Amino acid sequence: MKTSNIILLVFGAALILLLFNGCSSYNNMVNKQETTSSAWAQVENVYQRRADLIPNLVNTVKGVANFEQKTLTDVINARASASQMKVDASKLSADQIQKFQASQGELSQALGRLMVVAEQYPQLKATDNFKELQSQLEGTENRISVERGKFNDAVKDYNAYIRKFPQVLYAGLFGFDKKGYFEAEKGADKAPEVSFE
Amino acid sequence: MTKKIISLFLVSWICLSAFAKEIPAKPNPPRLVNDYVNVLDAGQQEALEAKLKAYSDSTSTQIAIVIEQSLEGDDDFDYSQRLAEGWQIGMAGKNNGLLIYVAIGDRKIRIQNGYGLEATITDAFSRRLIEEVIKPNFKQQAYYEGLDQATTFIIQKASGEFVNDDFGNGSGEDSFIPYLIIISFIILMFFLSSRGGKGGRGLHHGPSPFMGTFGSSGYSGGSSSSFGGFGGGSFGGGGAGGSW
Repeated sequence: MKTSNIILLVFGAALILLLFNGCSSYNNMVNKQETTSSAWAQVENVYQRRADLIPNLVNTVKGVANFEQKTLTDVINARASASQMKVDASKLSADQIQKFQASQGELSQALGRLMVVAEQYPQLKATDNFKELQSQLEGTENRISVERGKFNDAVKDYNAYIRKFPQVLYAGLFGFDKKGYFEAEKGADKAPEVSFE
Repeated sequence: MTKKIISLFLVSWICLSAFAKEIPAKPNPPRLVNDYVNVLDAGQQEALEAKLKAYSDSTSTQIAIVIEQSLEGDDDFDYSQRLAEGWQIGMAGKNNGLLIYVAIGDRKIRIQNGYGLEATITDAFSRRLIEEVIKPNFKQQAYYEGLDQATTFIIQKASGEFVNDDFGNGSGEDSFIPYLIIISFIILMFFLSSRGGKGGRGLHHGPSPFMGTFGSSGYSGGSSSSFGGFGGGSFGGGGAGGSW
């Protein structure tokens, strides 16, 4: 009777401890998840900022006589497909982020080509409007890399937390799943080189 | 064999490119003007410090200047972003910090502004400021003049006084009045703080609320209190850069 009592007591204490611990780590998981979604919102913001620049850029470039049409239509198409790619902010699964990165990467490439081609049109390069767009585009690409870095940091923190003991016991139960990262640039998705001189 | 050599090269290249320059430790006591190579003489540093401190006291917007010899091969944007974020220039929540970073040896300059200043200090403004104000001065090694004029324009722009979108040609006439305002403001601050020191309820008596981040920062040798310290601002990558 005594030993069974002790065992019961120990089990009870362990259960209560686990429950309390569960509460605090549940709250922590919620906080960390919120951090990742707000970081994601910033990522979408800066990509949107880039998308918003494109119509202006396209119009500026269009005004130049016999500008290479293909690079222009490539940018327009890439922008359209990139803006269709939506990521579920509550899940942020690795698969979705990879697709998002791929479609935005195509737009980066198309933009990069457009800027390279634009370099060959001195009458375009000299205009104030184009210079302004160049600096805005450069600033936007910088912002994208900053927000992607911040998002990755937030996800790293969250992913590490939910896989640690004891959170690992209930993370899955409450639907806290691992989230995806942005992968390092592989050259294909490099920000377009924009130089001033 | 060749494959091995190539992969060895690749690995070492990756290792090298992964190397990033360490940012300097936060200045202690805190300062807004940090010239690590002394291209500005002591008087010029103090003049800039006083001007930027007065602006930070009145608006909480912190404009910091960092001058170093070299980026040591690091990317100018990447490095100044890390520096600004690491020092947490600006106020938490307001994110109203701005960093002017100069690498003298690399002849590179970057203006990096916090989230809170993105609406006023646009990238286009920063770029034009660099092209039209900073570069011409820096080319003649007039570093103080370049930084002085640039910070004046930034202050005007951030307070909404810079509206005609014209930097002038740096001619003294149109930038005379803001100087006058700033100087009279400094004198006013000085007057108020020295009055406060005599026991009255002065404007700048005692440590500022932001001093906590730096512990005992205290007062500088002068009679006015020194800059209170950076307050936790965050940066999103806004700004512009250039080389002269």
